[in-house]
Amino acid sequence: MPIQQKTSLRKALLDGFWSGILALIIFGPISGLVLKGYEVQNELMRPLLIALSVAVGRFLISYLIQTTKGRYYLGKLVGKRDAGVTVASLTKSKYQHLLIPVLVLAGLSVPLLLGKYWLTVVILALIYVLLGLGLNIVVGLAGMLDLGYVAFYAVGAYTLAMGAQYFELGFWTMLPVAAIGAAMFGAMLGFPVLRMHGDYLAIVTLGFGEIIRLVLNNMLEITGGPNGASAPSPTLFGLEFTRRAKQGGIPFHEYFDIAYSPSYKYIFIYLILFVVVCLMILFVTRLKQMPMGRAWEALREDEIACRSLGINHVTVKLSAFMMGAMVGGIAGVFFATYQGFINPSSFTFFESALILAIVVLGGLGSTVGVIVAALVLTILPEALRDFAEYRVLLFGIAMVLMMVWKPRGLIRIKRKAYELGEPTA
Amino acid sequence: MDIYILGQQLLNGLILGSIYGLIAIGYTMVYGIIGMINFAHGDIYMISAYLTAILLSLIFSLGITSLPVVLLLTLFFAMAITGTYGWAIERVAYRPLRGSTRLAPLISAIGMSLVLQSYVQISQGARNQGVPILIKGVLRLGGEEQFVQITYIQILIVIASFIGMAALTYIILRTSLGRQCRATQQDRKMAAILGINTNRIISTVFVIGSSMAALAGVLVTLNYGSFDFYIGFVIGIKAFTAAVLGGIGSLPGAMLGGIVLGMAEGLFSGFVSSDYKDVFAFGLLVLVLVFRPSGLLGKPEIEKV
Repeated sequence: MPIQQKTSLRKALLDGFWSGILALIIFGPISGLVLKGYEVQNELMRPLLIALSVAVGRFLISYLIQTTKGRYYLGKLVGKRDAGVTVASLTKSKYQHLLIPVLVLAGLSVPLLLGKYWLTVVILALIYVLLGLGLNIVVGLAGMLDLGYVAFYAVGAYTLAMGAQYFELGFWTMLPVAAIGAAMFGAMLGFPVLRMHGDYLAIVTLGFGEIIRLVLNNMLEITGGPNGASAPSPTLFGLEFTRRAKQGGIPFHEYFDIAYSPSYKYIFIYLILFVVVCLMILFVTRLKQMPMGRAWEALREDEIACRSLGINHVTVKLSAFMMGAMVGGIAGVFFATYQGFINPSSFTFFESALILAIVVLGGLGSTVGVIVAALVLTILPEALRDFAEYRVLLFGIAMVLMMVWKPRGLIRIKRKAYELGEPTA
Repeated sequence: MDIYILGQQLLNGLILGSIYGLIAIGYTMVYGIIGMINFAHGDIYMISAYLTAILLSLIFSLGITSLPVVLLLTLFFAMAITGTYGWAIERVAYRPLRGSTRLAPLISAIGMSLVLQSYVQISQGARNQGVPILIKGVLRLGGEEQFVQITYIQILIVIASFIGMAALTYIILRTSLGRQCRATQQDRKMAAILGINTNRIISTVFVIGSSMAALAGVLVTLNYGSFDFYIGFVIGIKAFTAAVLGGIGSLPGAMLGGIVLGMAEGLFSGFVSSDYKDVFAFGLLVLVLVFRPSGLLGKPEIEKV
């Protein structure tokens, strides 16, 4: 029987008061006194407002939590902590079969609807979808926190640029080369570090990511250092998307005898990228149901149990690491070809954190969640240009809240159910 | 090999190393007690650099000019405010995650690090900031042509970090608070059963770690004079390297690791290449974690069911 406590307004007020004072100490100097040279400018209204809202918020929570009704509503707001994976129901609604073809058709028709600017935004969003899917294999499915994922992205991008610069190889040759190269790279980095547990792995991968960037930045003679390197555009069976072709090539618009437009290149990149993303989604969905994918998820949940049941944790982890690296490499090739130019400043730790934010907000392990998160996190900031300043702040807050509130992600992971046939006698 | 250059690089390494050691204390104590990497710790250091500049300007505008008073006031308030930051971050972002998955606190810490960086950038602007040079003067050892030199503020850095270290070691080894910290570190559940308020101890550890980072932040800011909102990242990773190098969880290890890393980095940038000194430090981190994850003074961790 629950013990009926007397609600104490005094306690709630005190809680609110003290958190307000603390908030004032914390926010006061940094946001209230803005440095101008060696002087400070008084902006004390800002921390006062912040501290006031913190105090009021703390008071409300502190008061509500003392009443039965308040606890009920707060509980609703926070939600249940449901753990693990649920099994999807077998019965599908009538329209579910139609959903995927409709989405694919909609995706293919996007270039017809958008102008060049928004098309480039959508391409970038799809690159992040690809990165999210790749990192999701490593972090979401296999449970290894990789903070240097951007290294594989950089390897893919630089493979394309360097291949074009030194061996005169084009987009289509370098795409598989970059994928294999990044996977090999992942294996090379992964092998020595996979024995260590979670946090150390995170820091080692972070170290690798920074090393790659610094090396790219310092090897002036080979990579061009901070000045960067140019990357080629894709071609359609040898037809180029430039106004004038290089020697021996034919531009796309002359071959089909249509007017030149710079957006053809982006439409083409979009279409290839869309197909690649679709294939990758299919690949990841299938992989999750294969023994390897199941071993990844099992290893994430309990490594010791898996090892006692005879799963070779090194091979399983290495396969996830390589798979993730490969996807990162492919995304890197698309990024390089889309920008036409790359330099090391595109591959900072912040980029890794952004991809991690996509995976975390999408719900570790959920494919649909990652896709939605990637699209939202890249397209929304473009739409809300006025709030561009606050983008990183909001990402950070969202990451913390997500971990506190729903560490398993917004979308519940469902495992496919299989129907047993009628038992035959 | 030129003995003076060698001496100068070792001295630079010692100064850099005592800074790394001070910041590493925060990583090593937090890891020792709750087993998480406090990724936002480097940004706490960054906050203390901003606080130094703000406090200095406030103190000067009050008309206080006596140098020791200015220094002590700045140090005291900077350490107190950053300590509050440490407490609040633990309360908001890490305490609700006790008993969650192993990855959750680390991801939350990365989120917190982004929040702090972006918060400072939004409120103070993205440009470089600076403080006036307060302590001038330099000590030279050696001849006219060749010498080893150390500025007074650098001497202050070394002395202050050793005083900080000694005080902390005393607290941990000799006081009741320190005993409670060690008990919580060894077995949190058992300590709680024996009547230790483990939540309060964990908060205390965050406050201590953050104020040690603030000590480093104030001294370094007075030495270099310039900083921006991004300085916490690289120095944070290097201090973490120092903590791992010395054996994570061990206090003397943090200081030893800091000095070893600082000297190795000084020698590398003096004799091999200063472009690659960060690559060297990160490479060292990777090698230590791969080959000797328990560090110089740490005990190997045994994973149990």
